Amino acid sequence: MNSSLLSLAIWTPIIGALVVLMTGNDRNAHLARPIALISAIVAFLVTIPLYTGFDTAVAGMQFVELYNWIPRFNINYHLGVDGISVLFILLNSFITIFVVLAAWQVIDTKVAQYLAAFLAMSGLINGIFSSLDGVLFYVFFEASLIPMYIIIGIWGGPNRVYAAFKFFLYTLLGSLLMLIALIYLFMASNGSFNILDWHELKIGMGPQSYLFFAFLIAFAVKVPMWPVHTWLPDAHVEAPTGGSVVLAAIALKLGAYGFLRFSLPIAPDASQYFAPLMITLSLIAVIYIGFVALVQQDMKKLVAYSSISHMGFVTLGFFIFNQLGIEGALVQMISHGFVSGAMFLCIGVLYDRLHSRQIADYGGVVNVMPKFAAFFLLFSMANSGLPATSGFVGEFMVILGAVKYNFWIGFAAATTLIVGAAYTLWMYKRVVFGEITNPHVAEMSDINSREFLILGILAIAVLAMGLYPYPFTDVMHASVDNLLKHVAVSKL
Amino acid sequence: MLTNFVPPDLAPAYPEIFLLTMACAILLVDVIMGAASRGLVAALSLMTLFGCAALTALTATGEVNTTFSGMFIDDAFADLLKMLVYGSVAAVLVYSRGYLRDRGLDKAEYYLLVLFATLGMMVMISAGHFLTVYLGLELMSLSIYALVAMDRDSARSTEAAMKYFILGALASGLLLYGMSMMYGATGTLEINGVLQALAMGQANGIVLVFGLVFLVSGLAFKLGAVPFHMWVPDVYHGAPTPMTLFISSAPKLAAFAMIMRLLVFGTIPLAEQWQPMLLIMAVLSIIVGNLAAIAQTNIKRMFAYSAISHMGFMLLAFTTGVFNGHAALALEAYTSAFYYMVAYVLMSLAGFGILLLLSRSGYDVENLEDLKGLNQRSPWYAAVMMMTMFSMAGIPFFVGFFAKFSVLLSAVAANLVWVAVLAVAFSLVGAFYYLRVVKLMYFDAPNDVAPIHASIDMRVLLSLNGIAIAVFGAFPEPLMQLCRQALARSLF
Repeated sequence: MNSSLLSLAIWTPIIGALVVLMTGNDRNAHLARPIALISAIVAFLVTIPLYTGFDTAVAGMQFVELYNWIPRFNINYHLGVDGISVLFILLNSFITIFVVLAAWQVIDTKVAQYLAAFLAMSGLINGIFSSLDGVLFYVFFEASLIPMYIIIGIWGGPNRVYAAFKFFLYTLLGSLLMLIALIYLFMASNGSFNILDWHELKIGMGPQSYLFFAFLIAFAVKVPMWPVHTWLPDAHVEAPTGGSVVLAAIALKLGAYGFLRFSLPIAPDASQYFAPLMITLSLIAVIYIGFVALVQQDMKKLVAYSSISHMGFVTLGFFIFNQLGIEGALVQMISHGFVSGAMFLCIGVLYDRLHSRQIADYGGVVNVMPKFAAFFLLFSMANSGLPATSGFVGEFMVILGAVKYNFWIGFAAATTLIVGAAYTLWMYKRVVFGEITNPHVAEMSDINSREFLILGILAIAVLAMGLYPYPFTDVMHASVDNLLKHVAVSKL
Repeated sequence: MLTNFVPPDLAPAYPEIFLLTMACAILLVDVIMGAASRGLVAALSLMTLFGCAALTALTATGEVNTTFSGMFIDDAFADLLKMLVYGSVAAVLVYSRGYLRDRGLDKAEYYLLVLFATLGMMVMISAGHFLTVYLGLELMSLSIYALVAMDRDSARSTEAAMKYFILGALASGLLLYGMSMMYGATGTLEINGVLQALAMGQANGIVLVFGLVFLVSGLAFKLGAVPFHMWVPDVYHGAPTPMTLFISSAPKLAAFAMIMRLLVFGTIPLAEQWQPMLLIMAVLSIIVGNLAAIAQTNIKRMFAYSAISHMGFMLLAFTTGVFNGHAALALEAYTSAFYYMVAYVLMSLAGFGILLLLSRSGYDVENLEDLKGLNQRSPWYAAVMMMTMFSMAGIPFFVGFFAKFSVLLSAVAANLVWVAVLAVAFSLVGAFYYLRVVKLMYFDAPNDVAPIHASIDMRVLLSLNGIAIAVFGAFPEPLMQLCRQALARSLF
């Protein structure tokens, strides 16, 4: 009973990318843009049945597709989603539409290549979230580096080459070790690359520890966790707006997703054993990186550090091993997808007008851009975790989970509510309020209808998720429950 | 006495006989028609290769046929390799023509020497006797020395040819010396006879190992593995680009055949002795090749060092065939090596093909800088080169990924996890210089904006070559199975 929905979710944007590429050079940019938009919208529409047709009572994989791919190594084209992964496919396809829209007037060189790179990446990322075969996962995981490398390198800021190399090599370093781990698991399971088979595999503590660290390096770089986070601020700052949005909203989730799909179920004993280490690293990310964000002069860097800090929450939620923690972390991941995407889009709006990312160059924006200021305020509040926005739900659940695990860990995590509010709102105050000191700011025009549409839809998403998170938690409940039961059983 | 003479069965050698006849015919055409025959000679050479392919396909029985008293073997392994050789030589002829014409080098000698070198390779591939190996090797090598020196007014080319000749002659000497030792120990020069003598276990161990060391050194010389790699960068750099293209393609397949015939078909009982030798060379080649390639500014030298590292990777597969005294992994391991070699030739053809495409009269594309901004000049060929670079770096969906993957898999299967980790670590180093090429093509502005001129056959073939890199990357199974079956039918 093969369903083809997941294949559609993967290949629709990739085929769209090829069609966009065929429009050729910039003379045909007027063709490339609508084709890309249509592809992105169609690609999102085909993912909707994944949500509406999802059976929330089932913990296992749904919409499974299984075909032989490389029989010599028993590698299969094996796709499927559970409550943990399905939402990310929707999120990814949803965000891609905004990335295409955000580029509409802003990107005017090599338009077709720009849009095609994002569409291709969207498809590859859907592939990562739905792969149930280790090699298929790896192939998508690595291949998704190529478009991002190109995006940062061609359309990025002044220091783009350095950032592109750093991004690529850092991530490759992690994933190559994962490749060895995958091959090891293939040997240990007598020739299977099926991730679900690996979940059932009995592995001794020694190999479990090696596997745990191999996966940790791969995913920690991607999340990114302290201390391997240094590529992210560079990549974010240099990437064009669309690149930052995809990096923050989607790419960071890949690492966190990897923990849930590989580390926890394959090496549960090692995960439990090294949980204190993971919690420590997460708390350092939450608190220390929060303070680092406070002193940034560059808006994009500030949001980049805030992303690292928020992702620290996610890894914290995973490694306290309770329902609230993991579900909270997942909600936080989706909320962060909306919020950080929206924050980068807001900064993009400012950058398009003034071509500066420095906080000091702004001030008094509210006087000339009142509509923008309202949206920016909402997203800033969501970023600092104000109740009734999506940012609050996830953080609150993780903090509750952490308090259940250990009061002081919960306490330390809760300080983020203060630090997060401090750096976000202080930045907001310096950029938006006050007197206009820079004459160029006075010339800035308010957002146009295209920008209004993008920010408006994201604002609705942020508020809806903050007020009524049930549709999200309902989907993941059974799968998270199942994962926790699985992790609680020793595989020694 | 003559009555006892039984004429040998010529059928297995029809392709070789046909090639030799055609080469002589082409020589006559050139002598009679002179300079007017240029186009005809090129066309005839290509037709000769097609004819050989047809003959090889027609005479293929799938079984092992020997003739000339066991000196010549026609088996599935030889047939497949020969087909690949014809294909790559044909590609070389097509890619080189424009370049040679621009420089007045497209003389009949070029085509003849290439054809004679091809004949040498075919003899090597079909060798059933140490002397046949040597005969084929010398025919190939002498033709290539002359090819490298074709541009006789260029001091650099003649120097490269001289260096190649002297070192090549030394390597041949080593090989011959090793063969004589083997003869001393086993009393035969026939590859199958050596195998049987070794299986009986009556040969003198010390003499055997002594001979083996020389054999392996000679092979390593021809392959360009560290520490016998010194000639590779100089020859790649010094030779005119079409000759470099030739050296880096079909002869690698022939060298692979030589390793298979001498080490696997002939001396597999000594695998426990030659595997460690190859392992050391493989590891050193991967390290030195990747590190030295970083420092190169000349792209041909960079490709030379990259070739050294690729040969190291390929040799790695040979070190895993016999494990714990059992040839359990032999077929899988040698299939991996075979596939790796085919993948390398495919990538090498595309890489040098692009260099030839961009060169024109009076302007050789030699330095990395010359590739700057290729994406603006021709997005499609930039994409072909990008796919080639990512493929060489071992990033999926390109042919190089599954080639590296299968080698790593066989290394882990043979408990050589540390070697796999090391190989992977240096792949990361390698990724840097391949990424640099992509960076130059995509992120930088072009120095040179001249339009690209090339004949239609070259454009089509180069595009197909690029597409093949992607298609075999996504669907490696058919080609892998082809290699595997050819080996399975011939080996055991």
